[in-house]
Amino acid sequence: MSGLGAAAGPPGWRLGSSGKEVFLPEETRGAAPAGFLQELPSYQSARRRRAAAGGTQERPAAPRGSAGLRAAEAWGLEPEGDGPAELPAREHPWCMAVKRRLRDIQQADIKHLSEWKQWKIASSKSLKKVLNDVKELSSYLELWRHDIHSIEGKFGTGIQSYFLFLRFLVRLNFIIFILMFGFVTLPSILSKYGILNDSFAKIPLKNIEPHCTVYIPSDNKGLVYFYTYLKDLLSGTGFLEVTSLFYGYYTVDTEWLSVLRYNLPLAYLLATFGYLALSLLWIIIGSVEGFKQNLVHDEDQFQSYCNKVFAGWDFCITDLNAARLKHRSLQYELQTDLEEERLKRKIADRTMKEKLRIYSWRILTNIIVIAVLSGCFYSIYRATVFSQESSNVSIRHDIRTDSPNLIVQYLPSIVITLVNFIAPQIFSFLVRLEDYSPAFEIRLKLIRCVFMRLAGIGVLLFSLWSQISYCATDKCKACGYNYELYPCWESEVGQEMYKLMIFDFITILAMTLFVDFPRKLLVTHWSCKPVQWCGLQEFGISDNVLDIIYGQTICWIGTFFSPLLPAIATIKYFIVFYIKKISLIHTCKPAARPVRASSSNFFFLVVLLIGLVFAFIPLGISIAHIPSSKACGPFRNFNTSWAVVPDTVLGLPTGLQQVLHGIASEAFAVPFFVVICLVMFYFIALARAHKRVVEQLREQLVMVRFDPLFCTPKVFFFCVSNQTC
Amino acid sequence: MLHIGSVKRCLVTHLKLHIGVRSSYAGYCIKALFFSKRWEFDGLHGRYHEMAPNVVPMDYTKDPDVKLPMQLIINMPELKENPFRERIVESFSEDGEGSLSFNDFVDMFSVLSEMAPRELKAIYAFKIYDFNTDNFICKSDLEKTLNKLTREELTAEEITLVCEKVIEEADMDGDGKLGFADFENMISKAPDFLRDLLKTTMTLFFHTLIKLST
Repeated sequence: MSGLGAAAGPPGWRLGSSGKEVFLPEETRGAAPAGFLQELPSYQSARRRRAAAGGTQERPAAPRGSAGLRAAEAWGLEPEGDGPAELPAREHPWCMAVKRRLRDIQQADIKHLSEWKQWKIASSKSLKKVLNDVKELSSYLELWRHDIHSIEGKFGTGIQSYFLFLRFLVRLNFIIFILMFGFVTLPSILSKYGILNDSFAKIPLKNIEPHCTVYIPSDNKGLVYFYTYLKDLLSGTGFLEVTSLFYGYYTVDTEWLSVLRYNLPLAYLLATFGYLALSLLWIIIGSVEGFKQNLVHDEDQFQSYCNKVFAGWDFCITDLNAARLKHRSLQYELQTDLEEERLKRKIADRTMKEKLRIYSWRILTNIIVIAVLSGCFYSIYRATVFSQESSNVSIRHDIRTDSPNLIVQYLPSIVITLVNFIAPQIFSFLVRLEDYSPAFEIRLKLIRCVFMRLAGIGVLLFSLWSQISYCATDKCKACGYNYELYPCWESEVGQEMYKLMIFDFITILAMTLFVDFPRKLLVTHWSCKPVQWCGLQEFGISDNVLDIIYGQTICWIGTFFSPLLPAIATIKYFIVFYIKKISLIHTCKPAARPVRASSSNFFFLVVLLIGLVFAFIPLGISIAHIPSSKACGPFRNFNTSWAVVPDTVLGLPTGLQQVLHGIASEAFAVPFFVVICLVMFYFIALARAHKRVVEQLREQLVMVRFDPLFCTPKVFFFCVSNQTC
Repeated sequence: MLHIGSVKRCLVTHLKLHIGVRSSYAGYCIKALFFSKRWEFDGLHGRYHEMAPNVVPMDYTKDPDVKLPMQLIINMPELKENPFRERIVESFSEDGEGSLSFNDFVDMFSVLSEMAPRELKAIYAFKIYDFNTDNFICKSDLEKTLNKLTREELTAEEITLVCEKVIEEADMDGDGKLGFADFENMISKAPDFLRDLLKTTMTLFFHTLIKLST
């Protein structure tokens, strides 16, 4: 069997034995290949060039594969055209001797070119080398490169995509923190401590009732117990409330830096919009790749068996257990696919009566799901209201030393976490009863879980606002919010977000320490049947991803009320990476059903995008609808936080004002919308046309195989590249 | 210590490389012919040598004709768990029987590295899956592939079904088996191919070398 190795040039090029292919001419050993190839003009010109150069080709004493060498030569080893256009030696699928030969020929040919061309080739080569070196160096600077690489090797690409996602969020949060710190926190700190010798003005308040402006933060004064500090750290009250962590710290209105005027309220608002826009842009750019593949290659469904058979084995696996599990998972995947086929046929054969039964059952389960969701939301609402009422009572009576008080403060977070844990179990039980195909089951369950998590945050915020804007007296109505209980309501909301984030982090830590590791110890050391049947846990990728998306949504909403929250989020995700990595390596078994990396990446980013779009809603309502607090913060002089923008616009020159008014008016917006729709329709039509072209090309490829003019695709390609056919 | 010094025309067999002091021409030649990085090249020679220290010389100046048999190569940790290890080694061996000279060895890991282009990987993937080396992936090749992938856990009926599905999906000229054109076309649409297939972690090599030398 000598088909491989030196004798095998390009695939389909059979040497040294009778060719089985229909279109390749018979060959005797070592003879020159097909005559017609030698007739090709490119071969002739290259040969002419070689002869003109005058140098004789040294034939190294290659012991084997002389046939291959000659074949390789005849196959057009001599490069035609400019140097950089040809394929470098290493990209040919031939043995070492042939590649060496090719490289020598290429280098010899370069000497025949003009000085200018030689210099061009040399400089482009050294440029490529420099770029490669820079890329290599920069890959060493990447965060966690080695960790993620080793995770990929042991657990596959599905789980690796979770850690890549985590790294993406660390970077995103860090950039958001830099943005907020640079534009909002730093100027405030500089002006408060008078570092830059600038002056700042607190514009006197006008037209505001004096009772709205009273704000005494509950700072710790005098001697207090030490654990009060701990409690304050965990709940954001006390000494933390007056730091730059929360909205209430930023009372500076304008800063004067010699002649430059720095408008802090405007900067605050614009920085908020800036980080939202930056996150949106970054996520969209990240998900474009996956979206392209999904749009153009939705034949992926059509090709799923090929992908599993040929691209199913992960060549990075070196661990025996991982290999065993991969075998089992491939087997399971193939069996599931065959099962889905059978199910599809079964669904197609359903009778009317069965369909009716199934649809009524599905309606029932959807009603149950809605009931479960309503129950969860109501419990979150009650918990928030109870927590707010108890803490307000205790503040009024100045009772701040009970430890149950901490639990009351954390009650909304605890309820949300419990709901996030219990409801998915109910959903997975229900979805199994609904008799969908397995792939759709997974998607439906995930959609319900995502909705529940995000809506839970929404309910919490809504119940907070209902408390804040509850106004019984006229005095209260003058301020627009409940000034007695919430003189600085933005800081309150910021504190709630802060508590949610801290509790989320504590939950992850506690689950790893008190559930994962004991489970591993139990399974390792106790060989009782139920324990062994339970076994080690699998790393649930979708659950973990939903957790961190939930955390990131909290961060996005909370950054407006607490500008240093992204820094806390960065540190939190940094630590979570190591916690999850240790938990994965020591307590998890590789998943039996692997998740494909490409579809996972796109899915994570889509859900993150949903979280971001959802975060716009509460922020939009806070900024534009709810009156900003008059006692603290940069927006004391304005009715709402948004009001600073029209105010600034009025201060601009008239021409610019008119332009901005024109952009915001309907006369501009409606035609703009129509143009955007047209552009969108154009791109949709273009995508459809491309798909049709792809189909036609596929059909042509089939025809080409039977066309005697184009023997093998490689020859076709060769001809096309030489423009001789 | 490895000594690979000045470079002549034929690169690998006349190569000597100093650890720490490399001639830039040597580095360039290595990069010109392989995809591995320079320090990975050192690691590769170390690994090749340690598989059979009595046979493989440290000094390659005299162009020794040394080949390691398949049994040694397929027991390397990077390939040990791979169900296609015999086919991989056969595809890169010059005599088609699985013994690799150092050239072939470096060739193999060059193609298996992350930096090799997709087209090159597709060509070698086709060779690997073509068990009877007739330049077509026919039904028997597919059956063997499936059995290797699932360790013969699928029933005969399931195997037949899957083979039929694969040929139905990828075969475009209707001859009942996959030629290279069909394979390449199918691979170009598989999104995970470049990431999952034919990629060994080269850093594993280097770190193992560090472990051995300390």
